[in-house]
Amino acid sequence: MLNTLIDGLLRGNVYALGAVGISLVFGVMNVVNFAQFSFFGLGAMLAWFFVAQEGLPFWLALPLVLVICGALGLVINISVVRPLAKFLPLAAMLSTYAVSQILDNVSQISFGAQFRVFPQVLPTSNFHIGNMRFGTSDVVMLSITAVVMVVMSLFLKYGKIGKAIRATAQDQEAALQMGIPVGLVQHVSFVIASSLGGLAGVFIALYIGVANPTSGLDIGLTAFVAATLGGLGSLVGGVIGGFVLGILEAFGIYFFGDTSREIIVFVILIVVLIVRPGGLMGKVPLISTEPLTGTFLGKGRPLRMPRWVWPAAFVVGGVVIPLVASDYVLTTGTQVLIYAIIAAGFTVTAGQSGVLALGQAGPIAIGAYTSALVTMNLHFSFWAALPVAGLSAAIIASVLASPIWGVKGHYISIATLGLGVAIVAIIQLLEPQGIYNIPVPQWFGTVLSTPIAYYLIDFGVLVITLLVMWRIRRSHLGRVISAVGSDEVAALASGVRGRNYKALAFAISAFFAGVGGSLLAHQYTYIDPTMFTMLMSLLVVTIVIMGGVSLPYGAVVGSIILIGAMELLRFTPELRIIAYGLVLILVVRFRPGGILVRNS
Amino acid sequence: MTDLLALDDVNVYYGPFHALRGNTLTVGEGEIVSLLGGNASGKSTTMKTILGLIKVKSGTVHFAGEDVTHASTRHRVKAGIASVPEARRVFPQMTVDENLMAGAYTRSDRAGIAEDLERMRDRFPRLAERRRQEAGTLSGGEQQMLAFARALMSRPKLICMDEPTMGLAPKLVDQVLDEIVRINKELGVAVLFVEQQAELALSIASRGYVLATGEIVLKGTSNELLHNPQIQEAYLGKATQA
Ligand SMILES: Nc1ncnc2c1ncn2[C@@H]1O[C@H](COP(=O)(O)OP(=O)(O)OP(=O)(O)O)[C@@H](O)[C@H]1O
Ligand SMILES: [Mg+2]
Repeated sequence: MLNTLIDGLLRGNVYALGAVGISLVFGVMNVVNFAQFSFFGLGAMLAWFFVAQEGLPFWLALPLVLVICGALGLVINISVVRPLAKFLPLAAMLSTYAVSQILDNVSQISFGAQFRVFPQVLPTSNFHIGNMRFGTSDVVMLSITAVVMVVMSLFLKYGKIGKAIRATAQDQEAALQMGIPVGLVQHVSFVIASSLGGLAGVFIALYIGVANPTSGLDIGLTAFVAATLGGLGSLVGGVIGGFVLGILEAFGIYFFGDTSREIIVFVILIVVLIVRPGGLMGKVPLISTEPLTGTFLGKGRPLRMPRWVWPAAFVVGGVVIPLVASDYVLTTGTQVLIYAIIAAGFTVTAGQSGVLALGQAGPIAIGAYTSALVTMNLHFSFWAALPVAGLSAAIIASVLASPIWGVKGHYISIATLGLGVAIVAIIQLLEPQGIYNIPVPQWFGTVLSTPIAYYLIDFGVLVITLLVMWRIRRSHLGRVISAVGSDEVAALASGVRGRNYKALAFAISAFFAGVGGSLLAHQYTYIDPTMFTMLMSLLVVTIVIMGGVSLPYGAVVGSIILIGAMELLRFTPELRIIAYGLVLILVVRFRPGGILVRNS
Repeated sequence: MTDLLALDDVNVYYGPFHALRGNTLTVGEGEIVSLLGGNASGKSTTMKTILGLIKVKSGTVHFAGEDVTHASTRHRVKAGIASVPEARRVFPQMTVDENLMAGAYTRSDRAGIAEDLERMRDRFPRLAERRRQEAGTLSGGEQQMLAFARALMSRPKLICMDEPTMGLAPKLVDQVLDEIVRINKELGVAVLFVEQQAELALSIASRGYVLATGEIVLKGTSNELLHNPQIQEAYLGKATQA
């Protein structure tokens, strides 16, 4: 028990550092900074590189890591976050998400993807008090954090820039009017937060003994939950939230095992958002609704498409390509089509209802697993399993998401991101092995397992999806959803309960995600939880943003470019992710309506 | 008399929306000028333009003989423009003293700042009593005084006040107006202020400007404006609909 408490303190130590950084940046910029999440992974890798590879003493490596992370943070703020923060926090958040993916993968390319063993620089279990075991390493880590926190609070209380940071966090506009250099304040906060992230990363390496470039997002997400628990924007809250969360998590793992970690964290997030959205220390946050539609992504007019485009696209996609394309191209085509289905369905949520859900991998996974299980255990045919997969994704995802529709702005995005992670974690808990030999589709006894058969099935489903989306948009329901998305307050005033319609839009999107998951499962004939990553979710978001969040056919174009072109250009997986990230940043910055939409 | 502040043919846009339409406005040294106009007529926009929070599309802004059209807010504050923002906007979780110090952010003369801090405590005894209290816990009237004192801490030549009486009880409104006069008389600071109630505003101002849909439609001394038959109409924003 006591050892679990120590474990909790050490975990909490990392989360506290992360949460303070997140709160700091959030306070002065109103942006949830995903890029900072990457510094956890990067800090660990840099420490490994300096200590294990270059043989530097730990005490030299530590400040080096802090300086590098801080400098990198400054570059990111200047090049990506600041230019967007002026428009809308959501645009900046999306871009920081992209930056974090880029950073993780650049780090993976430079350091290699494998887990690296971090040398033991300090003894880890040389103290015994009763049953408790701990080491100099643990004491040093906790002391460094204590010193950092004391220095930080003195700086904020008495330092000139520190006071400016507080003033800016409390009222940015008023701070500007006093002549406070808000830009500088934001840079400084960003640098501090990045260095704290790097420090947390070094601690992770020290504590776990291994370093991995892509561990950052996961830990960052937990730190964000800690910040929310403590009260986003409150630094004391960040520290308290970090330690409370670390201890809760340690005991959760002690009782339920390691795979329950993500679920515990997600449950805590949901409970905080429902019971006390301002967190332990904070007031109810003042983030206003920022629906995507009408305010940034939905702006502008779609390019005019001549009428002949639709039949032409149908003939090319459904007849010409199947006739002339090679198996390789057709197999790539199936991927393009499946993602187009998922993304087109996602436009109701992202475009119309204005909810930037970041966890679509969750419903995709539900669909894939449902489809595999009902065909294998209940002997459903593929054709029956397909809609069942969609329905079960819609129902399960909606039930799990039901608590989050009351929250707003960033929270809803982060909550859906957490939801995606939690769904996959639940699946991992129930079905850790993965499922083999998923039956392939059949048509009256004929096995449809050739690339061209898959291609035609997917093409048919995509056509139906687009027709359904088109119908929904033109229906009364579709218009109400759009109204909620473009102005929730006004919609509420006219008697529409926004959250119900957001939930409905999410269910519709989850249905198509589930259908897409089913198609994937029966084509791969093998699935396991590692396939449904945050990256899959990012890809879906990038596709719709590239094509235009409220244009279902834009999703097809986005999918052709992001999946088709990158496959045909034979980008490596790491390069692809970097490309996705860059596309996301550039589109949000220069063409926020999507490539098919003229800027207004 | 040279003008302390001079806006000349200023045009401001929010995206495609033309918010200020070729406005020309001056404030002399030590003068009190009031800015009138109906809702959404561009009063706050004018204030923000003077403070450099919004960029002008064309036209110039001069302050104390210097062209500050493209200067940063920080530069303007240093040059002597201070602000009492709309809805006061004190820093709620900072103490009264910290709020005052924030007003002196652009200054670096420690001795002078300490001296001014003392002066503010003498001038506003209520604030002195509450120096360690968080500003968010002050009453509305006290917050208004704090906003005034905070503005004075930069040793301004001009204070821009956006609706300093907003949301205050009638008795407090009178107090605030008295305070404006007192600051002006005793410290010689010029004041440009926005006020919804025309009679009240003109009772302490020497001159006034009336905005309607982004345009200055009337200007003159307080006396002229008070006796202008159009004033009620223009002030209520009806002139544009006729
Ligand atoms: N940030 C902004 N973006 C777009 N339009 C704006 C912005 N700020 C103000 N406006 C518009 O500019 C016009 C003038 O606004 P302003 O705030 O200057 O009016 P005001 O005279 O201060 O009104 P009030 O008496 O309500 O304070 C309004 O139509 C308003 O909608
Ligand atoms: Mg106003």
